[in-house]
Amino acid sequence: MKLPVKMTINGQSYSHEVEPRLLLVHYIRELVGLTGTHVGCDTSQCGACTILMDGKAVKACNFFAVQCDGVKITTIEGLAKNGDLHPIQQGFWEKHGLQCGFCTPGMIMAAHQMLERYPKPSEEQIRHQLEGNLCRCTGYHNIVKAIQWAAEQMAGKK
Amino acid sequence: MATVERVLGKSIKRREDPRFITGRGTYVDDVKLPGTTWAAFVRSPHAHARIKKIDTAAALKHPGVVAIFTGKDMTGVNSLPCGWLLPELKVPPHMPLASDAARCVGDPVAIVIAESHDAAEDAAEKVKVTWEVLPAVSATDKATAKGSTQIHEVAPSNTAFTWQIGDAAAVETAFRGAARVVKKKIVNQRLVANPMEPRACLASYDRATGDLTLWVTSQNPHVHRLLMCAFVLGIPEHKVRVIAPDVGGAFGSKIFLYNEETICSWATKQIKRPVRWTSSRREAFLTDAHGRDHVTEAEMAFDAQGKIVGLRVKTIANMGAYLSTFAPAVPTYLYATLLNGVYTIPAIHAHVTGVFTNTTPVDAYRGAGRPEAAYLLERMIDAGAAALKLDPADIRKKNFIPKFENGFQTQVALNYDSGNYAAAFDKLLGMLDYKKFRSEQQAARKQGRLLGLGFSTYIEACSIAPSKVVGSLGAQAGLYESGKVRVHPTGGITVYTGSHSHGQGHETTFSQLVADELGVPMESVEIVHGDTGAIPFGMGTYGSRSGSVGGTALLMSLQKIKEKGKKIAAHLLEASPSDIEYTNGQFQVKGFPGKAVPFGQVALTAYVPHNYPAGLEPGLEETSFYDPSNFCFPFGAHACVVEIDRDTGQVKIVRYLAVDDVGNVMNPMIVDGMVHGGIAQGVGQALCEGAVYDDGQLVTGSMMDYALPKADMLPMYDTDRTVTPTLVNPLGVKGAGETGTIAATPAVMNAVVDALAPLGVDHIETMPLTAGRVWTIMQSAKR
Repeated sequence: MKLPVKMTINGQSYSHEVEPRLLLVHYIRELVGLTGTHVGCDTSQCGACTILMDGKAVKACNFFAVQCDGVKITTIEGLAKNGDLHPIQQGFWEKHGLQCGFCTPGMIMAAHQMLERYPKPSEEQIRHQLEGNLCRCTGYHNIVKAIQWAAEQMAGKK
Repeated sequence: MATVERVLGKSIKRREDPRFITGRGTYVDDVKLPGTTWAAFVRSPHAHARIKKIDTAAALKHPGVVAIFTGKDMTGVNSLPCGWLLPELKVPPHMPLASDAARCVGDPVAIVIAESHDAAEDAAEKVKVTWEVLPAVSATDKATAKGSTQIHEVAPSNTAFTWQIGDAAAVETAFRGAARVVKKKIVNQRLVANPMEPRACLASYDRATGDLTLWVTSQNPHVHRLLMCAFVLGIPEHKVRVIAPDVGGAFGSKIFLYNEETICSWATKQIKRPVRWTSSRREAFLTDAHGRDHVTEAEMAFDAQGKIVGLRVKTIANMGAYLSTFAPAVPTYLYATLLNGVYTIPAIHAHVTGVFTNTTPVDAYRGAGRPEAAYLLERMIDAGAAALKLDPADIRKKNFIPKFENGFQTQVALNYDSGNYAAAFDKLLGMLDYKKFRSEQQAARKQGRLLGLGFSTYIEACSIAPSKVVGSLGAQAGLYESGKVRVHPTGGITVYTGSHSHGQGHETTFSQLVADELGVPMESVEIVHGDTGAIPFGMGTYGSRSGSVGGTALLMSLQKIKEKGKKIAAHLLEASPSDIEYTNGQFQVKGFPGKAVPFGQVALTAYVPHNYPAGLEPGLEETSFYDPSNFCFPFGAHACVVEIDRDTGQVKIVRYLAVDDVGNVMNPMIVDGMVHGGIAQGVGQALCEGAVYDDGQLVTGSMMDYALPKADMLPMYDTDRTVTPTLVNPLGVKGAGETGTIAATPAVMNAVVDALAPLGVDHIETMPLTAGRVWTIMQSAKR
């Protein structure tokens, strides 16, 4: 039995008939075709699938697609506006906050909400807020620096 | 003409990042082909069980199922190969699908192919396997015990090999004359690499051409192709193209040829449709080759002043259920040959027994053997310092091999390239303000605080490797690297490298090298890697070899390009080729800067050879293969400061300092990043990671149970460098990918032991040091 689901992703609306057990992350990757949102685990530890749902950072593996009827989603592909990188994306580039790039979309989306909550986060706050995102390449050092860099840029723009 | 700014050696931002930070990388699971089917594997839930019957009837009726194959269907398919043969190594068959017995949990016995992922998984659950469960053994030090279950017919007592190196008699003599012998049991626990991207493959057979294309998460696509074609499937290499696109981390685990991609490559030809498989994390824990897993008895002998006089090592290394691709090399030639460390040790002997167990196969994981050697040495020298009541800094200084620039012969086969170990250590002590730390520590101890400092002065062998040498040691492959430079008629440059980036940033560093060598902007250089359809035969990336081996192959091709360009330029300038020099992006007559032709004009002339030297081939494209004459030997000194919570046993890293010497550095930002990540993995082994088996069942089989290091358990790292270039390659680079992992584990462990010293603790056998384990150690120490 398939159920209808409709949602807005990166400003575009999508509607599909899906199996109730289809996870949101697989919906985004397989049906919508946005593959920037990654799957790194099956126990919701890694955070590689983190997206923004109605402005909040959530792990897309924690929802069934059918639970998300009517929501507004931003994925990593929707973060840059008119070709301009978001300051967090720019920060990851400037500060070498990525190596293999697999955890990066989730990291950036998690940082997005972090900086809304804590516009001037301490190092400790950044590390604590990244509790739900794993990176195996960077040892987190430059991810922390990337988020600090972004926070400074965003504060300067306000 | 404006001078082109030199970029090699500078922290240039990575050229690959824009696609990753916008979600537009292409990993294997992102590749979509029309008509693709999904594969799911039926795996053994038992550690050891005979397969009595596989009934696929119900599964075949499941809606959406396309085909189901078992081992019996795969006729003409051979065992997965072991690529490193030690003398008298017992090599049991390792069939892609087990059909006689399963020898570890996760052993695949059938592949189910369906129209969707869910249909494949659902149907796999309907495959009925009748098992006869057999006794299992998983503990490294129990494998050869009398009465243990026999895992392979060819390997009595579950022994894959026994191997030794060094001079047992010299060690015996040294020990007899020693003032003090320290003996410790050292367990280097089993780890799971856990790159964030799980393994994946997509195999597609083209009916029209008979060609097979395999996208696979690989560090070495040509090695994958060679092993799969020549050894397992018996298909010609020229009909197979292997593509490893963006790969999301690997750390060794994506070197090896695995069952899954082999089976999917076979199956696509049977069903004439693409077959796709992506590992779940749970499957990754069960099937990605694991790392480490040694149980060792080590003895280090000292004279009265604390000089090391001998080292005796007896190691049991767990190979798991089968011999993975390069498994036998790891606990032998990549481990025991490093037991000389950075110290003058007059006599060394090591004996290694490789054992089979009913566990996931073990192979190279970041550092591969070298972390085990460094861990052993660094724990033993600290244990020696404690026994002799010497300062751990002083005992190291006393034993360092003195500075050398071109060659030091160790007692265990290797000949180090260049080293200045005391200099790196002195720099570290300066950064640390060592004396100040010790007085702070004394004050802290008076307050009852458990503050500790650990050192790690390590060496590693990388830039793998001279083919002739590894061939004589059992490698079934050469370990050169290839680099091809294609200059286009309009002056753009495409580089095809046999190295593979899965996070290392080759698109940036290799562009820097080309830009500097040819005096062209980085923007006019494109780096292509990871596609056997495009690159020359290459060996791939592992063992910190891309910069040193891959980079040198590339440099050789760039030099050939310049040599050919000189001939073309000489013709155009009506001069002799020997009078032409290449400088700042143009070929000019020596001493006459006005008489010059730019690089682009020479490129165009090479492809439009109207006015061209007689006898010279048109075109401007060169390929080189570089086989290093020796390994390279990065080294360094790390320090870790920890404080332990007296009530909970929680270890907190207060400071982490690293001085690494990786030779010349092509991009400091990238090297620092690799050091950071390496440190985190080394800390992970010391504090939280560990694969635990209970009677053959992996109880740490998910990210909920296997603890990877998180941001909030790690500090900012204080990193610096000394630079001792190698003479092995013309770039003077040694390798930086594994240093952090090799160095960090002993630094953290030594720090914890130092913190607990006031309680009478002088050694800890087992990692990781979770709060619970430390608390238990503290309680038993108090008693």
